[in-house]
Amino acid sequence: MSNEKKVEKGNKNFLSGLFRQQIFIPIAALIILAVFNLIADPSFFKITLGYNSAGDPVLSGYLMTILDYGSELAILAIGMTLVTAASGGQDISVGAAIAIAGSVILRVLCGTNSRPDTLQAPIIVAFLVACVVAMLFGAFNGALVAYFKIQPMVATLILYTAGRSIAAWINNNELPIVSDPTFSYFGGFIPGIPIPTPFFIAAVCVLVIFLVLKFTTLGLYTQSVGINENSSKLNGLNPTFIKFLTFVILGLCVAVAALIKVSRLSSINYSVIAKDIEMDAILAVALGGNSLSGGKFNMAASILGAYVIQFLTTTLYKFDVQSDALPAYKAVVVILLVVLSTPKVREWLSAFGKKLKQGKAVKEVG
Amino acid sequence: MKKKILAAVMAATMVFSLVACGSSDAGSSAATGSANAATGSANAATESASAGTTSSSSSGDMIKVGIINNDPNESGYRTANDKDMKNTFTEANGYEASFAYSLKNDEQITAAQKFIQDGVDYLLLSAADTAGWDSVLKDAQDAGIRVILFDRTIDADESLYEASIVSDMAKEGQTAVDWLKSQNLSEYNIIHLQGVMGSAAQQGRTGALDDAAANDGFNLVTQQTAEWNAEKAQQIVQSVIDAGTPFNVIYAENDDMAKGAVAALDKANISHGVGKDVIVMGFDCNKWALEELKAGNWNYDGQCNPFQASYIDDIIKKLENGETISEKTIIMDEKGFDATTITQEDVDNYGI
Repeated sequence: MSNEKKVEKGNKNFLSGLFRQQIFIPIAALIILAVFNLIADPSFFKITLGYNSAGDPVLSGYLMTILDYGSELAILAIGMTLVTAASGGQDISVGAAIAIAGSVILRVLCGTNSRPDTLQAPIIVAFLVACVVAMLFGAFNGALVAYFKIQPMVATLILYTAGRSIAAWINNNELPIVSDPTFSYFGGFIPGIPIPTPFFIAAVCVLVIFLVLKFTTLGLYTQSVGINENSSKLNGLNPTFIKFLTFVILGLCVAVAALIKVSRLSSINYSVIAKDIEMDAILAVALGGNSLSGGKFNMAASILGAYVIQFLTTTLYKFDVQSDALPAYKAVVVILLVVLSTPKVREWLSAFGKKLKQGKAVKEVG
Repeated sequence: MKKKILAAVMAATMVFSLVACGSSDAGSSAATGSANAATGSANAATESASAGTTSSSSSGDMIKVGIINNDPNESGYRTANDKDMKNTFTEANGYEASFAYSLKNDEQITAAQKFIQDGVDYLLLSAADTAGWDSVLKDAQDAGIRVILFDRTIDADESLYEASIVSDMAKEGQTAVDWLKSQNLSEYNIIHLQGVMGSAAQQGRTGALDDAAANDGFNLVTQQTAEWNAEKAQQIVQSVIDAGTPFNVIYAENDDMAKGAVAALDKANISHGVGKDVIVMGFDCNKWALEELKAGNWNYDGQCNPFQASYIDDIIKKLENGETISEKTIIMDEKGFDATTITQEDVDNYGI
């Protein structure tokens, strides 16, 4: 009897603990979306094994689409979470930076000829060059923010406006097309493996960042700089360098996302590639329950948030919502999140929760 | 003092950008141009190909033209258009041309005012927006400058310009839809990928298909805007495939979106092209798209002619000879290419 009670109590603690945890927000959003789809059309969750035109097995279905297209966003969310935590601001230039990194990849692969029959360089070389370039642009943003103390949104506005022109300039304004099929593996499927490759790439990135957060002090330092720059300085940290570093890490994330993006179509369109992705990345961070003004962060929640956003996008596409109306739906999510995170509403909610508990207790007694 | 230094620096940058633009190739100068435009400098990214450095040597018999265009990075269409302009209005052809690029109407108007002050003979204009041009064009008229519109029309009185050279987007759409009708499919289940809503190309190309849907029993499985964006198109088509709705035609309002759609088809092993399950239609005649057509992976591509320079050249020559232009609006010839009849020559000549 007493044992049973203990279990019950434990359950309750676990539940209320979960409720209080940050990751509750994206999980709740995910559950709401999943339930909505389950009621509206259960076939949403159907996954079928088929073959693509190259004859390789592929899994398809809405869930696979979400895993596939949400991956770039998840990768960007990693970097964006760190930048947000350390600098208390967001990098709005990631879309333009993806255009630059993607353009670099194609430039290295294609050389001077925009329509080569064979690759002019190994893909790994192209990717590494893109990583270096993207990290340099990240460093540029980071330097403006950390050393010149410019607000992150204003500092990254420079690259936001200039980035796509730079990307076009890298390839002499031509549109290179890669015909080598191996290049399309990164944004599609590796022959014989039916799960989309972007998901694996995202999984590797997630694994790496978790190991880094676990075995280095990056997470701790980032949070302390975000919470109070001065006191962390007094404690011997170098806030300027840590802020700078987070932007460089975001640059690396951008290069990975760019590889997936250009691989999807084996080509690039400078003006529309990864358009407005920065807004989705920031929304992923917000949906993860992270404060957009810096400080503590929860990486897992951000990554889950990214997939939830793709879940929302895919759901809206499924119900034939006009795609130019999508931002409006996302705006509703933002408004909800912002309102929920204000201290006033939090107070009100916790008071409401207490009342509920009391009511229950009274009933039990009665 | 500070202000003075700032002014000096600004002046230096402007001079530098002029020099840089004059000497570098089209690609990089375009990039500089748009970067300038982005900073919103009142000077609206003026690039001069021959002005400034050569003005002292230029004689009176050169025809001075000021060309206001949209940013060449906007699309392959615009890049081809800009290249065509640069190739036609050269000193060898007797023109002294100055170029200004912007996607913003107010910056274009500022550039136009500058050209009027410079005293150009002709103002060639591809307006970013249809409204707001009346007063500046009146100024041009008072200054004796003749205005020729290309590619885009504006909401202004016809007397303010000499001619307007445009594509008839509705006709492009009609040509494509007529071609589709001529395929005599037993049923038409169409995925319709639209451009940015409200643009002239979107309205024209959508209009014809909408009519066909209303009158000829075409079934639009989905009608969505992918905003000229290949990735969005891929997601929309993916969504239709995931839902399991049958379709046999993809009507994409530009090549990029058709490419995105085809990527989704390939993933799901749906065959497309000549004699296959799904008919793929695109617009704009990018070179790579025509090659897809020639390879039989796509079925149809409608042209949107970017080569207006020769038409403009013609008009200017006529005006210089004192002739009058009989029609204000000149509609360019535009073709539609069928994968079964396209030749390598077509790819080379019409690919942009």
